[in-house]
Amino acid sequence: MLATDTQTAAAPHAAHGKRVKMKATEVEVYYSEKRALNKINLDVREHEVTALIGPSGCGKSTFLRTMNRMNDVIDGCRMAGKILLDQQDIYDPNIDVVQLRARVGMVFQKPNPFPKSIYDNVAYGPRIHGLVRSREETDAVVQKSLERAGLWKEVKDRLHEGGTSLSGGQQQRLCIARAIAVDPEVILMDEPCSALDPIATAKIEELIDELRTNYTIVIVTHSMQQAARVSQRTAFFHLGDLVEVGDTAQIFTNPNDERTQGYITGRFG
Amino acid sequence: MSNEHIVSSFDEELRALHKSIMQMGGLVEAQIAQSMQAMGRRDSQLASAVVANDAQVDVLHHEIDEQVVRMLALRQPMASDLRTVVASLRIATDLERIGDYAANIAKRTLALNVSPSVKPASGVLRMGKIVQSIVNDVLDAYAERNAERADAIRARDTEVDELYTSIFRELLTYMMEDPRNITACTHVLFMSKNLERIGDHATNIAETIYYIVRGKVPDDERLKGDLSSMTAMTATGETYVADSKGN
Repeated sequence: MLATDTQTAAAPHAAHGKRVKMKATEVEVYYSEKRALNKINLDVREHEVTALIGPSGCGKSTFLRTMNRMNDVIDGCRMAGKILLDQQDIYDPNIDVVQLRARVGMVFQKPNPFPKSIYDNVAYGPRIHGLVRSREETDAVVQKSLERAGLWKEVKDRLHEGGTSLSGGQQQRLCIARAIAVDPEVILMDEPCSALDPIATAKIEELIDELRTNYTIVIVTHSMQQAARVSQRTAFFHLGDLVEVGDTAQIFTNPNDERTQGYITGRFG
Repeated sequence: MSNEHIVSSFDEELRALHKSIMQMGGLVEAQIAQSMQAMGRRDSQLASAVVANDAQVDVLHHEIDEQVVRMLALRQPMASDLRTVVASLRIATDLERIGDYAANIAKRTLALNVSPSVKPASGVLRMGKIVQSIVNDVLDAYAERNAERADAIRARDTEVDELYTSIFRELLTYMMEDPRNITACTHVLFMSKNLERIGDHATNIAETIYYIVRGKVPDDERLKGDLSSMTAMTATGETYVADSKGN
């Protein structure tokens, strides 16, 4: 079965009843002459976690980065096709990329807090986007973001210590707090737990599940167990193709495509 | 796609699991065959052996249980591997029940052998032959991972059900004729019921095989041929089958 079969609904309200938050149509990405993605069609549904899985070099991280135009800064990187955020083309020349990245936030593989205090790490985004006008407002946003990221209790008495003084798992939750401080609609996560121990990973996974009430999440992960645990939908990429996308339970119990089957059962040659 | 896993020890474990199921299946097959032989020949010694051998079936069942739990914990199987591992647990449970029914037939043979023989026993032997061939077929379908063959087996269970219904009616008339037949006839009735249940468990296994291969259960409703639970007998000795409304 073609991946596009389940993705034909063009309307924001598809047959499954969930609103489509972001919609990729025929997306292709080239690094110089090399094509990294072949005509990707994928709907990301609102308030769901969509996991992108596949072997290294399959294009899943490239695809993730097209969703908030992180590829723009890479030399020789060219993109074709369309990505809509709420019906709006994010590659439209009139789009403010800084504004876009506030609406579509990102969390990276390695926790990367700024060399500033915990407080300033979170307050930075709201300040530069002009979302806060007073000290009180900033305090409130910092507290709310840290609470949502499940970090408030651990850091409330040390807000002015450096962000890098935290443990790896705490740093990653700080980065998530920083991402949600600007009130995004979509959060992209690129292997957010690959540098973390199992306990810190479990906390992030629990957090991801809570966050989807308010946000739409797309996560790239190399851990299939993680994809199985946190996502509602899973998309399998291979050699630049979106091979198959479906409900996570279906993908992991009864995938339609042989390549998906081979990858998730550990039979890839 | 290659059929081999990157981690070859996983393949070895899957092969070992397959082997255990085949071994258990072979043992259960022999148990049914011998229980029927013991009944046909009124051979109490053989019947006792069948009763004793049931412990071996249980041992294999526990071994498969352990293999499955271990693989779920250590390998976290996915997709077709997951289906195979979970299905093995189900198949082993069905085989264990089949083994129990075979042992029960043997036990009843021991009881029957101390009373005069009853005629409908021949019908039970015929039913036993059909059930044996179904179990044999289902194990072949498992070895081949053949969904079509498994699906075809499901239809054959109707034959067993119908035969059971006719034996049930026949036994009722014998018991009406002479109450001294009641003890023996009741044993024969339970034996044929056991065979009918073996047919049902073999059908379950067939459905599980279909699930391993196709990732879903066969969706059509199976015909029910066992009408004995709706069969009654009038005071004049006529049997009739009630319809679903009780008329």
